[in-house]
Amino acid sequence: MKYAPLNLGRWILWSGAALVFLIAPHLFSGGFALTMLTQMGTLILFALSYNMLLGQGGMLSFGHAVYSGLGAYVTVHVLNLMGKGSFYLPVPLLPLVGGLAGLFFGVLFGYVTTKRAGTTFALISLGIGEMVFACVRMFPGFFGGEAGVSTNRVVGQPFLGLTFGPAIQVYYLVAVWCFLGMAAMFALTQTPLGRMANAVRDNPERAEFVGYNTQHVRFLQLVLSSFFAGVSGALSCINFEIVSEENVSAIRSGGVLLATFIGGVPFFFGPVLGAIVFVFFVVALSGFTKAWLLYLGLFFVLMVVYAPGGIASLILMQFPVIRAGRWRELLVPYALAALAGLVVLAGLIGLVEMVYRLSEQGASTVLTVLGVSFDARSAPPWIVLGAVLAAGLAALRAAMRLVGERWGTIQLDLQAKAAP
Amino acid sequence: MKNAIELQEVHKSFGTTKIIHGVSLDIRDGERHAIIGPNGAGKSTLFNLISGRYEVSAGRILLHGADITNLRPFEINRQGLSRSFQVTNIFHHMTVFENIRCGVLWSAGYRYSFWHRVGGLKDVKLRAEEVMERIGLAKRRNLPAGTLTYAEQRALEIGVTIAGGASVILLDEPTSGMSRTETAQVVELVRSITQGKTLVMVEHDMGVVFGLADRISVLVYGEVLATGAPEEIRANPAVQEAYLGALHKETADA
Repeated sequence: MKYAPLNLGRWILWSGAALVFLIAPHLFSGGFALTMLTQMGTLILFALSYNMLLGQGGMLSFGHAVYSGLGAYVTVHVLNLMGKGSFYLPVPLLPLVGGLAGLFFGVLFGYVTTKRAGTTFALISLGIGEMVFACVRMFPGFFGGEAGVSTNRVVGQPFLGLTFGPAIQVYYLVAVWCFLGMAAMFALTQTPLGRMANAVRDNPERAEFVGYNTQHVRFLQLVLSSFFAGVSGALSCINFEIVSEENVSAIRSGGVLLATFIGGVPFFFGPVLGAIVFVFFVVALSGFTKAWLLYLGLFFVLMVVYAPGGIASLILMQFPVIRAGRWRELLVPYALAALAGLVVLAGLIGLVEMVYRLSEQGASTVLTVLGVSFDARSAPPWIVLGAVLAAGLAALRAAMRLVGERWGTIQLDLQAKAAP
Repeated sequence: MKNAIELQEVHKSFGTTKIIHGVSLDIRDGERHAIIGPNGAGKSTLFNLISGRYEVSAGRILLHGADITNLRPFEINRQGLSRSFQVTNIFHHMTVFENIRCGVLWSAGYRYSFWHRVGGLKDVKLRAEEVMERIGLAKRRNLPAGTLTYAEQRALEIGVTIAGGASVILLDEPTSGMSRTETAQVVELVRSITQGKTLVMVEHDMGVVFGLADRISVLVYGEVLATGAPEEIRANPAVQEAYLGALHKETADA
């Protein structure tokens, strides 16, 4: 029997996470990196709260931005009232306001959405998302119409000497809340409700026959999830100092679904990885190319088809192989696959960028890569890049076959060893 | 003697098809009661009505004297009735231990708690370990339920059913698809876990039925043909005609 009073691995993991939060802004210095890190923290919280529904409760929601967005709207109004001097609340406690607002709307809308599971739940969540989005234009007094509601986060007395004017202070505010939220959400997976949410996800019928009202389980899970969504909404409000219809939009709801799925729905830490990659695509890549959304979409489709367990599953798959000391056998196939993948990427990116240059009015059609200039209106670059893509794909196929063969052999050996 | 379950003129139709026509049946407190009958007689439907899976079209069902007609499955379960399924219905991705724990949590009073750490609940752990010991899966505790053998999954099915400590247990064909040795083990298991409890079971294996049951009800075309002690049932000409005779004939033909 396994007896582990102190789960060492878990302690190392959590301390490591705290350390990363602490030193990340020093590793990646500069205003742009800080912006990205702050947004990552916010999205990590949001994606984890989303996975409380999708991963842990089996609820595919198309309207999760409703809770973060409305949390953000309430926060922005509270912040503005504080600015007018109506009352005082330390800025670091504002995410609690957003969280409670999210919780309130979770109770309100969750009562309707969680009456059903599966497809019906997904459709109702989509409907409620559209409804709230429509309200933004209908009630400009609260939502600020198209322009949204802007604010100033530097209000009142500095809290312990912190004004939250400088971006680095905002980053650490986000980091602390993100870490606390992560810990709280992980703790929730270890409670009776958390476990029964898994049971209701896997086999709702059986859950009813062991005494659980599946509707209540889904409802409570959604209400708790919307609290953390609200916290993340408040953090984004503090960070951007503006809340607009985009915050409650289907785009935001779809984004968190993408991020969560890319990271890995079956694992608690999956959405953390997903959020990091997603922010990289949205914030960093969008600065380089107009085609970023296309790349994100492609990446998402590839993940859904080839790695439905997300990045987390790809990483965790390697552990048994590493533990068995067989990873060396995979080094060469992996390197070959990576190389082939780079060739595919080069061909693909070249073609996509040329298409974008041609479709954009007034843009120069001349591209320069590694000092070589070529014109997208001439045939040679199309032929060359097309050939590169084709060759890359062929090479990738061969490399993946090699990976598959080696992988299969190792798995068979491991299984043979595991069997008594 | 008090009744654990009372069915009063229970009817069930699906659309225009009548499956159960006015079944009245008393299950006595503490007895082992088997329901037998040919395929399509409505045995499983009757189970689904009692346990709240289907709604009753007409009639009343009482559990320990309290009306449970058309209550939801979880409400009936909370009043002390637990059932198993003919087709194994467990949490396939969870381990054996976690499966049993799901069956324990509500009755142990933790309900929808999100402030207890489930790993730290000693009473739940002890109860789950006791159940695993009884169903003979203690050594399998950390295996995912989906990787167990068929017979083990059937035992787990029974384990999840009894984990909450219900006083009335409904078992739907606990020995279906099992070999002779496995069947004998299940009979012993059912005998031991239902000590001091009320058992209602649907079963096709006549050896199991006549070996375990204190009383037997014969269901034919949605009606109770006869209820009585095993020897009465065996001697009942109507039963022989409608069911046992047909069964003997089938066996003779085969």
